[in-house]
Amino acid sequence: MGEIQALASHLLNGLAYGLLLFILAAGLSLIFGMMDVINLSHGSFFMLAGFIGVSLADDLGFWLALLATVGIVAAIGLAVELTLLRPLYNRDHLDQILLTFGLALVIEDASEWIFGSTIQSLGVPAALSGNASLLGVSIPAYRLAVIAVGLLLGAALYVLLEKTRVGAIIRAGVSNREMVSALGFNITAIFGGVFVFGLALAAFAGFMSAPILGVYAGLDFEILILTLIVVVIGGLGSLTGAFWASLLIGITQILGQAYFPDLAALVIYIVMAAVLLVRPQGLFQRKYA
Amino acid sequence: MGTAEGASALRKFLGATGIAMFSAFTLLLVSCGGGGGSEGGDEPIRVGVVLPYSGVYAQLGEDITDGMNVYFEENKEIAGRPVELVREDEEADPQVGVQAARTLIEREGVDILTGAVATPTAYGIIDLIEREQMPFVISNALGNDATRRGVEYVFRTSGSSWQVTYPMGEYLAEEGVETIFVSAADYAAGQEMSTDFKDGFTSAGGEVVGEAYPPLGTNDYSTYLTEIRQADPEGSWSFFAGTDAVRFVQQYAQSGLKENTTLYGTGNLVDSDTLEAQGEAAIGAQTALFYASTLDTPENREFREKFQQQFDRPASVYAVQGYDAAWLIGEALKATDGNTEDTDALIEAMENVEFQSPRGPMRLDENHNPVQNIYIREARRQGGEIRNVVIDTIEEVQDPGQ
Repeated sequence: MGEIQALASHLLNGLAYGLLLFILAAGLSLIFGMMDVINLSHGSFFMLAGFIGVSLADDLGFWLALLATVGIVAAIGLAVELTLLRPLYNRDHLDQILLTFGLALVIEDASEWIFGSTIQSLGVPAALSGNASLLGVSIPAYRLAVIAVGLLLGAALYVLLEKTRVGAIIRAGVSNREMVSALGFNITAIFGGVFVFGLALAAFAGFMSAPILGVYAGLDFEILILTLIVVVIGGLGSLTGAFWASLLIGITQILGQAYFPDLAALVIYIVMAAVLLVRPQGLFQRKYA
Repeated sequence: MGTAEGASALRKFLGATGIAMFSAFTLLLVSCGGGGGSEGGDEPIRVGVVLPYSGVYAQLGEDITDGMNVYFEENKEIAGRPVELVREDEEADPQVGVQAARTLIEREGVDILTGAVATPTAYGIIDLIEREQMPFVISNALGNDATRRGVEYVFRTSGSSWQVTYPMGEYLAEEGVETIFVSAADYAAGQEMSTDFKDGFTSAGGEVVGEAYPPLGTNDYSTYLTEIRQADPEGSWSFFAGTDAVRFVQQYAQSGLKENTTLYGTGNLVDSDTLEAQGEAAIGAQTALFYASTLDTPENREFREKFQQQFDRPASVYAVQGYDAAWLIGEALKATDGNTEDTDALIEAMENVEFQSPRGPMRLDENHNPVQNIYIREARRQGGEIRNVVIDTIEEVQDPGQ
């Protein structure tokens, strides 16, 4: 295998990794755009989806387990929204952040208690096992699927937010919630819907990454930090920003590992520091604020 | 799974914490009230255990402790003195671990110390017990220097890094593997293991065609897998443990490398704590360790049966290490008639303990490190489960001692 193929292989792997981050960061970014609150339990729902997925996949098979997992996590999210978050909408942001942080701690302990402390993992579906070859560059078939799904989801999110009525209401709600409310829309329900949708995205990412990253108690905060980095680089609340920042982080991490192995653990932090020095508000300023 | 169940989980969790705090409190009262020497015949023998009970290594700590309990269940009293395990959490932090050992020695007044999953913790505790002149049985940490320093109070019932790497390097070269790519997690243990493996492999004529050292906790190994593909070696040898091992082995299989490049490594790569998560991906991996759950000896069968019965889960290599640590302590105390005051006599007794280890033949060398068989195991599907099957045995491997 030549140098060029190796580089292309690194880029494809980086793209797959970045798109997984994007699905996760998109949810976080949406919730932030809506509520002005960073959901610190975002990584916990990602991890929870992994655990649930692993326990379901044996009986249901990969694809059905994926659907069921997203459904279950969304249901848990809805319950959380109705019982815990909703009463806090009129309170300070700090209270809401504290709630999501508390939730993260509870989910971590509860999943360790229910699912155990050893790492678990998910096999890839038979159709996607093995290696695929794209223009002479080899890449695991599963990663190719992740790339396809990530790009599709990105496009779908863009269309949903920019081209549909629901998207228009959400965007309006972000920029002026009183006005939207006065126009007769149930803003509380919209907030709830966005929160649940964001968590469903986290669950989707959690399930899809289980065959690559595995699932274990502690993954929640590990992945939360990565996601926060993506969202900060991209610009808080910006979906476009989250997209490009995810790719930037995914690809620089992989290229960093390949060409600057001594800095492999640091490379994304260096990128973050560099971006924030030049553009403190992130790559893409938040559009609706 | 709704919030109701979550709430009850929380209640149970809080309940458990409450109980733990209460027992810690009583323990404190007892140790304050007890005090004094341990001359009386009925004074309990207090064994201090420093193992991780929280954090990423918690499962190892549980396994080692339960392995010890298999022995002490049958030896509740030694020479008329009840045996008491006093546990402290090592966590995943050497500072915490060493502090825990200090607490056990100074406040709990333990008679003997055992544990240490992490090598840095073990090194820290060795400095401490050398000053305190207290016997210390390492039940996991593999760092070569732990026993090579030759501190007379230090014993070990796992093995050294060298034992699980160098002999396998020699073995592979002698088996006709000519080229190998070496990868290991980038920290002290990874460096030590990979250096010893390379020494063994090259000394027997093999060629290392590439090396990679991913940081601990790497998410995505694809870069390194691409490098392995580029180097196109006959085999790939790795040292990864825990979550790193699961990710590496999974991604190795997904990349399709497995078909042409056999995966070799230390036992950690595909061990009891990771095999279930790795599943199919682990099949075909060949690893070196001083134990295999499939060993067909009466000692192993008996131990595994007892462990399964007592704890309702299969025994791991860590459980074996714990059992042998308890055996070493218990049999030596029997020989000294329960006397814990005369440290020199106790150490001499420990040196003379005859093991009946589930791992097969085992004795201690002059540095108190086990001389033991190294098994070359291959992960295979057997009766619906994936197991490490012994395909070759390197007999009576002794650490070179320097």
